[in-house]
Parts: sequence; structure tokens; C-alpha cells
Amino acid sequence: MTDSKPLLEIRDLKLEFGARDRALRAVDGVSFTIRDGETVCLVGESGCGKSVTALSIARLVPTPPARYVGGEILLQGRDVLKMSKADLRNIRGGVVSYIFQEPSASLNPVFRVGNQIKESLKLHRPDAATDDEVVRLLKLVGIPAPESRIRDYPHQLSGGMQQRVMIAMALASHPKLLIADEPTTALDVTIQAQIIELLTDLKKRFGMSMLLITHNLGIVGDIADRLAVMYAGQIHELAPANELLAKPLHPYTQALMNSVPKLSGDAERLTAIPGNVPNLGAFPSGCRFHPRCPRARFDCPERSPELDEVMPGRRVRCFYWNAPLPEPHQALNPNNPALIQAREPARS
Amino acid sequence: MSLLEVKNIKVHFPVKHGLFSRVRGYVKAVDDVSLSIAPGETLGLVGESGCGKTTLGRAIIRLLDPTSGQVLFKGEDITQLRGSELRRRRRGFQMIFQDPYGSLNPRMTVEQIIGEAIDIHKLAESSSARRARITELLQAVGLNVTHAQRYPHEFSGGQRQRIGIARALAVEPDLIVCDEPVSALDVSVQAQIINLLMDLQQQRGIAYLFIAHDLAVVEHISRRVMVMYLGKVVETAEAKELVRSPRHPYTQALLSAVPVVDPASKRKRIILPGDVPSPINPPSGCNFHPRCPAAIDICKVEMAPLREVAPGHFVACHVAQSEAGLRPAPQSMAMR
Repeated sequence: MTDSKPLLEIRDLKLEFGARDRALRAVDGVSFTIRDGETVCLVGESGCGKSVTALSIARLVPTPPARYVGGEILLQGRDVLKMSKADLRNIRGGVVSYIFQEPSASLNPVFRVGNQIKESLKLHRPDAATDDEVVRLLKLVGIPAPESRIRDYPHQLSGGMQQRVMIAMALASHPKLLIADEPTTALDVTIQAQIIELLTDLKKRFGMSMLLITHNLGIVGDIADRLAVMYAGQIHELAPANELLAKPLHPYTQALMNSVPKLSGDAERLTAIPGNVPNLGAFPSGCRFHPRCPRARFDCPERSPELDEVMPGRRVRCFYWNAPLPEPHQALNPNNPALIQAREPARS
Repeated sequence: MSLLEVKNIKVHFPVKHGLFSRVRGYVKAVDDVSLSIAPGETLGLVGESGCGKTTLGRAIIRLLDPTSGQVLFKGEDITQLRGSELRRRRRGFQMIFQDPYGSLNPRMTVEQIIGEAIDIHKLAESSSARRARITELLQAVGLNVTHAQRYPHEFSGGQRQRIGIARALAVEPDLIVCDEPVSALDVSVQAQIINLLMDLQQQRGIAYLFIAHDLAVVEHISRRVMVMYLGKVVETAEAKELVRSPRHPYTQALLSAVPVVDPASKRKRIILPGDVPSPINPPSGCNFHPRCPAAIDICKVEMAPLREVAPGHFVACHVAQSEAGLRPAPQSMAMR
């Protein structure tokens, strides 16, 4: 079973926006797989291409303006990019369901939430489109007094409750793959913890696969089996979640983890990553992290590293992940704060 | 002497309904909060959305008028000041806003944005002094001179937040209210801004009221931290103490829910049931009791006053206070 075809396999996906002569490549050669029952997290900052990648799985990115210029997305062995409209309609909801960041924007404000869930049932499981089933789904996602809640409009529910309704709606069709695009970003921390626990629990109960998209490395530890860290349209590190969080190998992942304050009580200075997240269309040459990287050497802007398997199950896109920190005469960014900080204890 | 002293401040918003806009109740956004900030100190203020932290920050610098209570800035009551008097006093306290996209006028260049503050308070004698001052401010926040003639849309989020900081610094304030200054920024840029704020504090001795929902960020930058829930302060302590031994059940839950990159410790999450209740019709007694795992009978009837359970550590919770060996407080000594 484990060696059989994965539920989802993305191979070398490339997606561009804009006119052909000045195309902006938002996703550049992304490959990963999701097996049955597995949770994969795509982590990255704004503009790294994580949402577009996720939306591509059910081909929800409008074309034009977007254009798929390469690669394939095999969902249960069939390429989504070559599917007919009728087939796409079947997989949307039937195989893949989405939950989005802003629940209030995803729910229709003029329909009662019960009816919105029923709509999903009518489409995918017509015999189950009853009030009883809607109540059962709402109970499943932890909404108190669901019998009265089904007559509520979205504005009568809090953000956390709205997100639970979205999850109920996504689950109504019994999808194989649940894609959650920043599902907790708009919620408060205590509510965020509730939703993450709910998702973990539901995933176990239904044996669903899940793709979780987030910019917050903190929430992935509890839920993810594998992590893919994206930067500037490419995956830069891909590894089992616990291994990656325990020992990140790519300089970007390391820098990202070091730049977040920890709740340790020690107020040491944060190691900031210099510069800004590069804009779409202005990705640096060679390795795209080189202008901000403490490990970068002079050849980094000139050649592009591949996402190589450096240990069983661990892939890293970096020439020098295993090399010692560059000496001053080798370093491309000798003033990088992480590099300076790493040298300091040696000097004192 | 403390730089800022806030005494029993309340901000209540009337809720109006019906034909004659009759007042049907009040949103008690901030309800009886006291605090003080020493010169050059950072006080952190955490809480979830709707807890009143932003309203408190705005009321302190008089962007909102408090319903009652006093705000003493350098010993002077600023709650009754009006017009030009208030404007003159505002030179002492500035604000940095959450949204670096919404808080800069898109039709003004960076030079105009920063220069406006200098002009209002007449801080530059000549146009060359004004230009020199703007250059100095841009450099202080890590931008360069060439940026002065550009418009906000030409900058990234982190750079815009730097412009906002430069604007606040232009009048040499003693206090800056930072309202979620990093929550709209990318993770990798957040650390830059936090470091910048800390550096500026060291160089210029500015005090901060640092408002955020992210406890890890607040703990990192603040010396003391206040935790708010539904308009009331539930716990206040030194930052380290608060993180190490939180006493209030809400703080404990908040701490356990903070997403932290730490695979080694499988921290036990305390999952709070339910949502933050509506501040129009808050629960009776301690307004946290419907969600509180430790609630006892008295919590439904009466809110515990803030009392000191360890040196410098104040908690408003019956359970935590009795654990610390305090008897129930007589009504008269409700607030410190």
C-alpha cells in the first residue's frame, strides 16, 4: 500500500503570470507528493508561491492571467492540468476540498449557513442532503447547539465558528485531500489552537490527506508529517517535519527559525534576515536566497542549486548547506548579521 | 517618577438603536485600567482581538476620549486638554500603527510625510535644517537619503514601517505607542523591525507601550507585560516572570497556545473552549469564567481585583490569589 501511487504528485510545476515576453514566474519547478493519510505543510512568506501552488491542485487559478508552462499535477494518477471541465467539476469538492484564510469572505453573507452546507451535500452526496446530516457535520466540527445554528447567517457567528462552518462544508463531500490555505491566520491565538486541534482530530478520524499552507512555522509542528519550505517560487527544503524542525539544513529555514522570538524568557537580540522578500519578477539570479544568505559564496549568484536528496527523505536546495561558514574572503555577504554573530563567540 | 501614569481609565462606547438612537447599552472596551511606564521602559500589552488593547493605546494618546479616569504624562493630566494645547503636548507621545500600507498618505513623498511632523511643531529653523533632519531620521531607521523623494507604494512593508517609525521619531517623543507594529509584516522582516525598535530605545531612551497579540514578540521586547481580557487587566508581571510562572488561567492558556517553533518540547496545549464573549454583554463576575478551566463558584458572582501574588506580579483571579495565600480582598482595596 505504501509503495502504491501517491494520492497527489506534483512534478516540476511551472506557472507564469502576464504577457509572454515579460512573464512573471510565480511557481518555478515545484515537485512534491502527498500520500494517503499524510499531512504536508507548505511554509513560506508572502509571494513565495505557496497559495498559487495549492490553488493549482484543483486548477482554481484563472487562466489567463496565469499560464501553466510546464509540469504536471497528478491527482489519483490523472493530470489535473489536462482535465476537461466536467472532470474538474467532479474533483473540486469530490476529491479535493479547500478551506481559506478569511472565513467571512468565503461564506455567502445572504444565505443561512445550514443551506450553504447543504448545497455542498446536494452536489456531491445528493441522498445525504438533509438537515440531519448538516447537524451531524456541524456537531463534528464542534459547533455548540447545531440545531439552532443551521438557521444562522454567517455574520451571526464569530470568526472561529465561521471557520468551523467552512471546515464542515469542506468535509461534507468526503474529500480525499483537504487543502487548508492559512486556515488560522485570521484567528486569535486561543481560537487558532482550537482549529488546529480540530483539523488534527478530523484528519485522524477520516484518514484524509491534508495540505496545510502557512507562514507560521510554529503551528506546523503539531500537525505536519512533512514540511516543504518555499522561497521565491521554489521549494528550498523538504523533509519530515520533526527532523526539519529539530535540525533545519537550508540557510533560509535556519534564518527563518532564528528570526522568530522564542518564549524562553531570554531577551537576546534576534538574528534578523537582512533585506526583503524578493518581488515576483525580480527574483535574484542563481540561488534565489543568495542576497540574504549568511552562507552564500561568490558562485551562488551564478549557478542554481537543485533540490537534492542529501539524506534519506531530506531534500535541500543549497550548494553549501554542509560546508563550514564561509571565511571573510569567501563570503558573498560578509556583513550578514547571522554570519557576524556566528563569528563573535570565537573572537571573544 | 513615571513618565506615563494611567489611573482607572475607562472607555465605554454607547450602543445606539432605534428611531431616536436611544442608548441601549455600552461596549466596555476598556474598563478600569491603571498602568504606569517609566522613562525608557517598554510595557507590553497582550490580548486577543476585542480585548481593548488598541482602544487603550488610542485613549492614552488622546486619539479617543476616555469616558473617565486620568492620563498623567510627566505628571500633567492630559485628559482635559483641547486643541492647540493638546497638539503641543503630543510632541511628547507618538504612535506607530499596525498597517504600514494604510497609515502613510499615498500622495505624499517620504520627505513630506516626515517633514509634516517637523513643520507642525516648528522644529526646523531653515529648509536646509529641515532637510538635514529628515536625512538623519531616514538613516536612523535604516533607509537612505535617496528614499526621501519616493512615494509609499515604492516601498516594501518593512520599509514602510520604517517610514512610520521615522515619522514618529521626528518630534523626539518620550513615549511611542506601538500598536501591533510587526503583525502585518513577513516573518523574516519582523525581526528587523523589532531589533530597530530596541536599538532606537537604547540610543534615544524612548519608552514604548508595545501592543500586540503575539505573546512571544511582546515578551521579547518588554520589561513588563500586561495581559488584557475583555477590557480588563487580568495579569501583569515582569516579562520573564510572566512567561515562567503565569498565574491567571487565561495567561496560562494563552502561553500554551502560542505557536512556537520548538519540536523538542511537546508542550501540552490548554485548549480554551468557546470564543471571547461580546463586550456589550459580558459574563457576570469574572468575565473569563465561562471559558476558565479553574473557575469556582465565586467567579460567577464577583471579579477578583488585581492583587500582588509575588513581588511585582499582579493577578486578578480568585483561584490564583488563594493559591498564593491571599484572603479575599475587602471591596475598598479593589485597585492598587
